[in-house]
Amino acid sequence: MANLDDLYREIILDHYRTPRNRGELPTPPARRVEGFNPLCGDEITLYLELADGRLADIKMTGRGCSISQASASLMGAAVKGKTLVEVRAAIERFRQLMTVTETRLDEGAEPALPDVRSLGELAALAGVVKFPVRIKCAMLAWATLAQGLDEASAD
Amino acid sequence: MTSYSPSRVRADVPQFHREVRGRPLAYLDSASSTLPPRAVIEAMDRYYERHHANVHRGVYLTAEEATADYEGARAAVARFINAPGGAGEVVFTKNTTESFNLLARSWGASQLEPGDVVVVTEMEHHANVVPWFQLRESRGIEVRFIPVGDDYRLDLSHVDQLLEGARLLSVTGMSNVLGTRNDLAALARLAHDHGALIAVDGAQSVAHGSSDVARDGIDFLAFSGHKMLGPTGIGVFWTRRSLLDAMPPFLGGGGMIADVRTDGFTPADGVARFEAGTPPIAEAVGLHAAIRYLEGLGPDAVEAHERELTRDALERLEGAFAGRVRVIGPGDVTDRGGVLSLDVEGVHPHDVAQVLDQHGVCVRPGHHCAKPLMHRFGLAATARASFGPYSLARDTDALIEGLAHALDLFA
Repeated sequence: MANLDDLYREIILDHYRTPRNRGELPTPPARRVEGFNPLCGDEITLYLELADGRLADIKMTGRGCSISQASASLMGAAVKGKTLVEVRAAIERFRQLMTVTETRLDEGAEPALPDVRSLGELAALAGVVKFPVRIKCAMLAWATLAQGLDEASAD
Repeated sequence: MTSYSPSRVRADVPQFHREVRGRPLAYLDSASSTLPPRAVIEAMDRYYERHHANVHRGVYLTAEEATADYEGARAAVARFINAPGGAGEVVFTKNTTESFNLLARSWGASQLEPGDVVVVTEMEHHANVVPWFQLRESRGIEVRFIPVGDDYRLDLSHVDQLLEGARLLSVTGMSNVLGTRNDLAALARLAHDHGALIAVDGAQSVAHGSSDVARDGIDFLAFSGHKMLGPTGIGVFWTRRSLLDAMPPFLGGGGMIADVRTDGFTPADGVARFEAGTPPIAEAVGLHAAIRYLEGLGPDAVEAHERELTRDALERLEGAFAGRVRVIGPGDVTDRGGVLSLDVEGVHPHDVAQVLDQHGVCVRPGHHCAKPLMHRFGLAATARASFGPYSLARDTDALIEGLAHALDLFA
């Protein structure tokens, strides 16, 4: 059975209490992109500095639940300085991590957890998938980042 | 004379016989949806096992039985809300939201002219806001809001100005966020004095006290089955026959016509005009059983029990947390129902609800489909606990234990 400790791992509480990469970047040169989770009122604003095919810097502001804010903080640490190809790949990996697999109609069926060894600190968020309602909390920052990259490539 | 016992109601509800996360279920989310008693579930099972057929069509025995079941439910609803014109005024919909869409799309679109005014309140559920905004876009009506005061009650100090020239006042019987109950009879008089009609969102109020459209002078009433111990998938729209007869159909299709030709159609008379397609028959049967069950409990007894639970919870929350858990709603139980919206210091409502879940406590985090109200009080969300006829003081014990855990974990 899904346990509270699966969700509120110490690393998540740490990133919630002490979020990394908080703040703003001057726009321009940075891009500003906002994301909202209308169901629970989570909000995030990302500042993305793109240079030479890399996400040279990222800062963020926002408020919301521990999962949305910790996921944003962990994301910043994971993607800062990476090439845009690597960032896209990280977003896709995280999206897969947050995908609920089809379960049978049996009582007590639980989804199998994916292999998270390659994910580093992000693996702390793997337990979120056992709490399907919270997936959109964890996805907010990532979906907002993807939107920011899409907007940048459309310019 | 009824012999209402909350413990007996609890025994009647099968879901209370299961455990969640190794604990007894402390279901405090009745404002979202109530848990049906066995009588409701069995009535629907019996319907499907013995009587199911489509209604208003076949002349064979089970088709007659199904039709009698469906129309019998309509009669029960009419009696339950004291509809002066009886069953012929009761339209079955999918839920309260669809009832408001019917009101706006049918009555509103046919009766309101550009510039006409509909007055709602800041404490309305989106179901009683968005359809009027849609009508504002399509018909050019004006939508005004009665504000909510710092005491979490309607601020009626400028109501005469707001109702000036209004065609409709559309207001909730009880706020799904604050628990505030509105004085419907007084609001109906106000509306009528200004030449307006009054529509009531009864979603939160029908299961927690008596509803009487004739006594209160209401013109339109909307509510849902699943918030009054009945099933999901069925709601009610009621209005007086004289108003109903002037309303054009909202959804077109089978069942709502008197005639269809290659050059057009003639809608059916009466409530059938508003029930296109095969209706929710089993759900109507379940709603009928829920009404019988609620009437057996006695609406006044249920209301008194929930008031006492609320008084006790308000007192104990203050005692246990001394202001670290703030209740967004009236602090006393006068004109107040059993809804407690909580703002927990330093802990997001989603996290509050998640920790409570580990204690078997079901509450609802979020904006509760009342964003204008959340904006009014500068909140993104709250964690809402709400009582039902089966709630007991021990549910409040579990709530307080879980809140202490949440404060401890995130502090």
